[in-house]
Amino acid sequence: MFSLILRRIGIAIPVLLTVITLTFLMVHSAPGGPFDEERAVSPEVLIKLNEKYNLDQPLSVQYFDYLSGILVGDFGPSFRYPGRSVTELISIGLPVTFELALYSILFALAVGLLAGILGALKPNTPLDYIPMSTAMIGICIPSIILGPSLILIFGIWLEWVPVSGWGYMPGDKLLPTLTLGTAYAAYCARLTRGGMLEILNQDFIRTARAKGLSETRVVIVHALRGGLTPVIAFLGPAMAGLLAGSFVVETIFGIPGLGRFYVEAAFNRDYTMILGSSIFFSFLIIFFNLISDLVAAALNPRLRD
Amino acid sequence: MNNNSWKDALDRLVSNKLSFVGSLYILFIIFLALITPLIAPYDYAYQNLELGPSPPSFDHWLGTDTLGRDLLTRMMYGSRVSLMVGFLATIVALTIGVTWGTVAGFSGGKTDTIMMRIVDILYGIPFIIFVILLMVIFGRNLILLFMAIGAVEWLTMARIVRSQVMSLSKQEFILAAEAMGVSKLGIIYKHLIPNTIGPVIVYATLTVPQIMLLEAFLSFLGLGVQAPLSSWGLLIRDGAVSMEEYWWLLIFPSLAFSLTLFSLNFIGDGLRDALDPRTSDS
Repeated sequence: MFSLILRRIGIAIPVLLTVITLTFLMVHSAPGGPFDEERAVSPEVLIKLNEKYNLDQPLSVQYFDYLSGILVGDFGPSFRYPGRSVTELISIGLPVTFELALYSILFALAVGLLAGILGALKPNTPLDYIPMSTAMIGICIPSIILGPSLILIFGIWLEWVPVSGWGYMPGDKLLPTLTLGTAYAAYCARLTRGGMLEILNQDFIRTARAKGLSETRVVIVHALRGGLTPVIAFLGPAMAGLLAGSFVVETIFGIPGLGRFYVEAAFNRDYTMILGSSIFFSFLIIFFNLISDLVAAALNPRLRD
Repeated sequence: MNNNSWKDALDRLVSNKLSFVGSLYILFIIFLALITPLIAPYDYAYQNLELGPSPPSFDHWLGTDTLGRDLLTRMMYGSRVSLMVGFLATIVALTIGVTWGTVAGFSGGKTDTIMMRIVDILYGIPFIIFVILLMVIFGRNLILLFMAIGAVEWLTMARIVRSQVMSLSKQEFILAAEAMGVSKLGIIYKHLIPNTIGPVIVYATLTVPQIMLLEAFLSFLGLGVQAPLSSWGLLIRDGAVSMEEYWWLLIFPSLAFSLTLFSLNFIGDGLRDALDPRTSDS
């Protein structure tokens, strides 16, 4: 287990360095240069930019300065919001995005596990194929369609819930959570069903049943542990998808989170914000991938070698 | 695979109703996209500001948008962009992935380790961020868009092809070819790549909808295709903006796009069952 942790961290560090280097080089190779744009930057920002990036220094010096800034959580000033640092903007947006991602993943797990376990216990009955074909639909319909359609039906036509916002009115967190969580609920259901079906056919489950354990105990204590491995391994990549999905969902519902800040920064060519938040997003994604790999390995000894 | 097993695969594919209907729908959409310039009722950029947004009518079957542009026309031209990005990017991904995987799997040893370690590292990089960065920095250029997407989607393909090639290259016909003095390149192109084609086709079919989704996603955020050009993602974005008054602007493009995604996924599943019966779940 310990060597596995070391090995995974051994891959994560070069990945992160590659990401930082690539993003840095890409932003600095923007045609015309990112920092001498047609639109005038306020002198205050310019001074801070010079301070932070040493724009008169060679690129390598700028790079190592930036790198050492990141280590202490300093991503430099925002290009478009004078007086605000990228770190500040990230710390404003992050809690909102995390809350949205958390609700979505909880929704996905609750619905997905239930549907998946039911499907595996009663394979090829209506209890199996109705949820599973719904899952197929859930996987195929992208958030850019699901979000606006949910708003149109439940927000505008039926007027049941607010059409936008986050914590401004009761119930406005419902549609964003559904929009972001549905696809993951569907994946989760399929993975749970597959994992559980495989485990339920194995000898140790027959042994557990033969010992006279109750079906509930067999399913929850014995089968679930192994059957959930694919779901847990999926949670890391799902986190990456949730963060990318937050770009769309936060834009659709006008949620003041990191995803919308990122899209706005991309739109306004706020280069320092793009650079900082790209690196930050990448770090989060790599980190969650690492965690889910390790948890999956801890639960399933066969994955350890 | 010999001719007979291709026929078997075709039979299995046709007997799968969902993927058969899906194939018909995709063929229809591709055909429409190809002949769009000949049959489109209006010009995709033609604005009729006096008319403005109008619901479906005899003149405009699917209605018009806020600038009075014909929605059906814009959807037909949009399908050309969406499909082109989907297929061209898949071809880019296919070319890089198959070559990389074959070379790694066939060379083995250190070359293989290094090449696959590179794939491992690239795999960990969140590419959506890089595609967005590319679009921001180098402008919203369509060619660049699908090159960029294709260049990041080849990793899984390389892994699949490598494992195929590794098991193939231990087989006797490769040994025989080597003994007969066929060059390495000859073995790769004449013997290895043709034999990996089944899983490659399956994965490619599943890659097309993923890439179309990525394009729609970027265009929806305003970072992809720009008006007056159109793509399904862009139309859905316009529809979402004005859906409160003009529902048809959201519903029709969404329907066309969802059905395409469904069909491609069904075809992919059907092909997997047909070409690679071992891996199917049932």
